[in-house]
Amino acid sequence: MQLGLNIENEFCDMNQKDRITLLHGNGGLQSHRLIRELYLKYFGNPQLNRLEDSALLESDSCRIVFTTDSYVIKPLFFPGGDIGKLAVSGTVNDLAVCGAIPNWLSCGFIIEEGFEIVALEKILNSMKEMAEFTGVKIVTGDTKVVEKGNADGLYINTSGIGTLIEGVELGQHRIQIGDKIIINGYIGDHGAAIIQAREDFPIEMDLQSDCAPIDHITRMLLSKLDGVKLMRDPTRGGVATVLNEFVENQAFGIQIEEIALPIRDCVLGFCEPLGFDPLYLANEGKFLMVIDTNEAVKALEIIHSFPGSESADIVGEVVDEPKGKVILKTLIGSHRILDMLSGEMLPRIC
Amino acid sequence: MLQYIDQFRNLELVEFIVNKIHQECPRQNLKFMEVCGGHTIAIFKFGIQKLIPDSIQLISGPGCPVCVTEIEFIDQSIALAHLPDVIITTFGDMVRVPGSKTSLQKERGAGIDVRICYSVMDALKIAKENPQKEVVFLGIGFETTAPTVATAVKTASDQSMRNFSVLSAHKTMPNAMQALLDSGEIGLNGFICPGHVSVITGIHIYDFIAEKYRIPCVISGFEPLDILETILMLIRLVNDGISKVENQYTRSVKENGNPKAREIMLEVFEESDSHWRGLGIIPGSGLQIKNKYRDFDTRYKFKITREPAIEYPGCICGDILRGVKNPVDCALFSKICNPEDPKGACMVSSEGTCATWFKYRK
Repeated sequence: MQLGLNIENEFCDMNQKDRITLLHGNGGLQSHRLIRELYLKYFGNPQLNRLEDSALLESDSCRIVFTTDSYVIKPLFFPGGDIGKLAVSGTVNDLAVCGAIPNWLSCGFIIEEGFEIVALEKILNSMKEMAEFTGVKIVTGDTKVVEKGNADGLYINTSGIGTLIEGVELGQHRIQIGDKIIINGYIGDHGAAIIQAREDFPIEMDLQSDCAPIDHITRMLLSKLDGVKLMRDPTRGGVATVLNEFVENQAFGIQIEEIALPIRDCVLGFCEPLGFDPLYLANEGKFLMVIDTNEAVKALEIIHSFPGSESADIVGEVVDEPKGKVILKTLIGSHRILDMLSGEMLPRIC
Repeated sequence: MLQYIDQFRNLELVEFIVNKIHQECPRQNLKFMEVCGGHTIAIFKFGIQKLIPDSIQLISGPGCPVCVTEIEFIDQSIALAHLPDVIITTFGDMVRVPGSKTSLQKERGAGIDVRICYSVMDALKIAKENPQKEVVFLGIGFETTAPTVATAVKTASDQSMRNFSVLSAHKTMPNAMQALLDSGEIGLNGFICPGHVSVITGIHIYDFIAEKYRIPCVISGFEPLDILETILMLIRLVNDGISKVENQYTRSVKENGNPKAREIMLEVFEESDSHWRGLGIIPGSGLQIKNKYRDFDTRYKFKITREPAIEYPGCICGDILRGVKNPVDCALFSKICNPEDPKGACMVSSEGTCATWFKYRK
């Protein structure tokens, strides 16, 4: 792994002395290392090693896509959604960006003793609505209740199975110099809304999570176009982290035009004083797509036809140099490296 | 608000000023120090160094409050956090700063109660909500944050709160700048002076630098156009051989600053010597809580004694904070010291020189 870190020594160090910190769950560099250096060490196999959003399981008769995700979010109800909506659409989106039609979900609940039934019902209703909207069926489930204090309200795990759309083949290997990068709408809405919704946050702004399923958009794109090379949903770690995953260990780079990035004024205004960068904020209804340059405009037209996706745009392209890196052309005409999320995003002091 | 900010990122205006800088830049090499970490971030984030001539070197100074907080302070915070019924409240960046052996963030995994605040008033609120607990606020920062912390102490005093105190490591800027100059190591041609600090202090705190040390100072805002205009103003002062203090950030910084904020600051704090990480003890560069408010001084309340602290072997944060070396000169940089696992303070704060180099490196 080209991270400029002495992984082996570092990790041995971490294994012996350290504990899991919040950093291991933020989707950035440390999460990547946990996955690669610990999980893959024990579970590694050809399907898992690809580290896509879902695993592709091929047999003679069909191609199945399989994924799982756990949802822990504070607060459970936030502007634009709740943990239930997130738990269905998040897993559906992981299947969708891999080129699949989502079919079935499992769902496991870990609930803290004392949790209100009314709140649980509200969450279940959100899940039902999302399942109906996307056409996915929740076919198996499990509930465990833990003693008060041993969980923060409620956690949900959903696993999803989908079938790969016929003829679809997505992967890094298809990316070529000149391909365009598209995002289907505003960046950072979910992350900003969640931070604001947390208790005691002093700034009040009208921020809404973008939490929504995107499978209908990806399905339409894949049925109309051959030039879709790779898609991924920029959740934890944000857009910057996914772009870096696209180029990691590859013989190409990506150049992003800062001026083309769709970011709401309220999100920018929220981030400015805190020193946050919207490119590292989580999104829950977005996908980044690498597409053949000849089909980029057509793809954008298709995305624009879906309500709520009007701000989708071509934000960059695949370039020859520097290899394995993401370059941001800044608003003032200069440029800099855009790195993966490293460390925890913490508000700065002054 | 954003349209307002956009004006300071306007591409045409940027090109106009960048052209002027190239036209008027003298042949000699120039070294300008941006004292404030906020400037360091903007310079890297927008790629400002790449727009100006190579002969102008921008170096980062000791203006990141987290970076200059001494290790001993971190160790004390961690020790306090391990006492029963103590809640540590702090600005976000501080939790990651490595002390001699560990950090607040790592200890949080071991069960200590550390809460991140956006303002010291959050800490007061936590104290009110937890009357049976002792709430300690980690008071760091410069003239910018000290007045609000002073307000909190005064409020706690007025309301006779018994469970709130501040572990103060507040620092003031001018004496640190003087110490840098007295060390004689850097050879500066100009200071890009901190905008936020000057909002409180006014513009005259830098007069002695221009007069005694003959180094031009320009107080700067934080947007790309602010910084570029500041660089142009410094070039012009250098070309004209004039050493004085100018104010680029006129939309926020008034000549006399904010007297009311200074008044409350001086009501609660008094000048003290202060230990700056990397710079050592600088006389008169700190703010300690006055005797009158000592019930709200964590050091008094918990009878804290000093213990020498250990820097990570090989860390050159001190040289970096003094502007003598760059992060790439450090053997630890990006190898075993990175934002996930910082060894030195400059890698911790998003405003720290090493963290900024790491994140936005060329």
